[in-house]
Amino acid sequence: MSKTIIATTSLAGCFGCHMSLLDIDEKILDLIELVEFNKSPINDIKEFTKMCDIGLIEGGCCNDENVHILKDFRAHCKILVSVGECAIMGGLPALRNNIPLQECLEEAYLNGPSVMGNNENAVIPNDEELPVILNKVYPCHEVVRIDYYLPGCPPRAELIWEALLALVTGDPLKLPYEVVKFD
Amino acid sequence: MDKTLDAIIKKYNEDKTRLMDILIDTQDAFGFIREEAADQIAETLDISRVDLEQTISFYHFFSQQSRGKYTIYLNDSAVAFMHGRREVAKTFEKEAGCKFGQVSEDGQIGLFNTSCIGMNDQEPAAIINGVVFTRLTPFRVKEIVKDIRDGVKVEDMFQASYGDGNNCSDLIKAVVNNHIMKKGPILSSDNSSGEAIKKVISINPQDVIEEVKLSNIRGRGGAGFPTGLKWDFCRKSKGETRYVFCNADEGEPGTFKDRVILTERPRLLFEGMVIAGYAIEASEGILYLRYEYKYLQKFLESILEEMRYKHLIGKNIGGKEGFNFEIRIQFGAGAYVCGEESALIESAEGKRGEPRDRPPFPVEKGYLGQPTIVNNVETLCAIVKVVIKGGEWYKSFGTIESTGTKLLSVSGDCRFPGVYEVEWGFSVIDILEMVGGEQVQAVQVGGPSGSCIGPNEFERILGYEDLSTGGSMIIINNRRDLLKEIVLNFTNFFIEESCGSCTPCRTLPILMKDKLIKIIEGKGVMQDLMDIERWSGIMKANRCGLGHTALNPILSTLKNFRHLYLNKIQREVEFDTGFRLDEAVKVGKLITNRN
Repeated sequence: MSKTIIATTSLAGCFGCHMSLLDIDEKILDLIELVEFNKSPINDIKEFTKMCDIGLIEGGCCNDENVHILKDFRAHCKILVSVGECAIMGGLPALRNNIPLQECLEEAYLNGPSVMGNNENAVIPNDEELPVILNKVYPCHEVVRIDYYLPGCPPRAELIWEALLALVTGDPLKLPYEVVKFD
Repeated sequence: MDKTLDAIIKKYNEDKTRLMDILIDTQDAFGFIREEAADQIAETLDISRVDLEQTISFYHFFSQQSRGKYTIYLNDSAVAFMHGRREVAKTFEKEAGCKFGQVSEDGQIGLFNTSCIGMNDQEPAAIINGVVFTRLTPFRVKEIVKDIRDGVKVEDMFQASYGDGNNCSDLIKAVVNNHIMKKGPILSSDNSSGEAIKKVISINPQDVIEEVKLSNIRGRGGAGFPTGLKWDFCRKSKGETRYVFCNADEGEPGTFKDRVILTERPRLLFEGMVIAGYAIEASEGILYLRYEYKYLQKFLESILEEMRYKHLIGKNIGGKEGFNFEIRIQFGAGAYVCGEESALIESAEGKRGEPRDRPPFPVEKGYLGQPTIVNNVETLCAIVKVVIKGGEWYKSFGTIESTGTKLLSVSGDCRFPGVYEVEWGFSVIDILEMVGGEQVQAVQVGGPSGSCIGPNEFERILGYEDLSTGGSMIIINNRRDLLKEIVLNFTNFFIEESCGSCTPCRTLPILMKDKLIKIIEGKGVMQDLMDIERWSGIMKANRCGLGHTALNPILSTLKNFRHLYLNKIQREVEFDTGFRLDEAVKVGKLITNRN
């Protein structure tokens, strides 16, 4: 049997979910036996080189680049999993969703206490190279179809491991009460 | 310590269950409820600040910030929009110089939206500092704002004419019209005040209940619980005392028949409450009146005074030794959910109007933990007729399942909106003919929580066995965009009015509204329709009627007007989240000058 191919990415996230994945410690050796990584910050493969079985998405979408990457993942992965609070609900970045974008940017680049007079020309960053910020932060499933959700901030290493294992082997995932009770 | 406030609190004997009255009077006296006032109230009544905040923040008409010297609450019900609300609102904003939800810079005018104020037959309508203004036009708005700028008191503003009937009496002086279009046993004033009370005190209370049971009358608020049975349960419940509540919270958009009864037949209503008090052996009756009808306060209190004078209320009523019954008016402060009986009781006790878990039912443990009946205004009026003319007579009206008559509040696209008292059993077609409804696309029966039916169902009859209704009938003609103008408005109403206690009711209507907008914008897919139907099942987990019916506007149109939804969705697309990158980056590009 050929190995299951996995891709991962961090969009508007903090890499905490990736760190949690690495927290599976020595099981990472078992993981390497089971799966092959394609596009992922873990192995630094920048572009998809083939179709993947599973895509793990950390973070929601806060700019147009996030959207392009997410759509790219949807096109290249048979199964997409939203991993963690930000991918599922927008998380901390989504705190800005109730504040008009103009106000957010002005606070960050013009008026905020940390600006400390360092922005003499009062410019809100607008270089063409920069991604365009979206009107609000979107959870992944509001942009593309998402197949599974792994809640947590971050999801525990054990949970990520078991979920991956279940997806790879096809065995049902054990979901004890304390794992699904999040509200 | 503020002396005025101290006097207000003392007036209610520092009783924390009278918190609603204290807050209403405080707001009347100071315009809004200041921090210091809240501190003083909490301290004197010995309640925690948090509990006090809970009550204040729950009700629409309470505020902790100034809402302007003149506070304008403009009704935003669907029917108001049918009659030009958009233009009226725009003119208000332009003339006042602020948006809705804001107060003008000089602090003079506050503009606020409010749910249906019970004037659907004379929209667009607004309440300004407690005074009702109906049939507003952009021109009239300009006049009003000019008067405000000139410092004219609302009561002194020139009105072309006051309304009909008691609306033009000295104690009401409102521009409101009754629009009584058809009278039946309740609306026709064929009995002298007190006749029923005199009759009833000569018989045994249990026999009164038996007569009510014989009449088969069911609750007129919408749920249709047999009244005699409710009274019987209450009478058999043990308590130190019992209470009679009249539910005059009439908040269902499109309903206004209670307003007309309160204006034209208040004696009949109070008499009904006294009879109920006699039957269940209660000594206190409370009329829970929605804040929107506060303009009736002086008038209703004068009627109570008159009845006290005639010994129809008070001690030894009608000369019957030991039969004591007092009635007082309890105002709400703007919350649809308080029309639910247990929420109404909570509110009357000075708390947030959140429905209680049942059992125990109010008939066992209601107001202040005592057995309580809560009856609709119309039910109590009908009881008077039952007592005078007998249960058998009452049964001669209507159908077997639904005896008697029903007051309908008809509004929307018809020539003669108003109140119609008809026997149960009329078909929708009969009604439409009577009210002059033409080219009708749909009729919303029973308000947003009821059902929206199309012409192929107009043969159906009004009655608990078929189309149950609390009386609201909104007629929608075929020029209207049903989804956008009606369903979306109703869904917003439920989102606004949910008390937030049960999760499905708090969240699902918002998700469904998003789906509805997605569909209206042409981004919907078949999956969305399936999701709506599948997810809606969980609404049964909510505690009260509001929660059970909050999705009805969407569900009943999805069932009866499916083609409207099917025409809007993308049939060839299987999946679409509705996300459009070009729309999402628009603002960001604008701010950073990029293209």
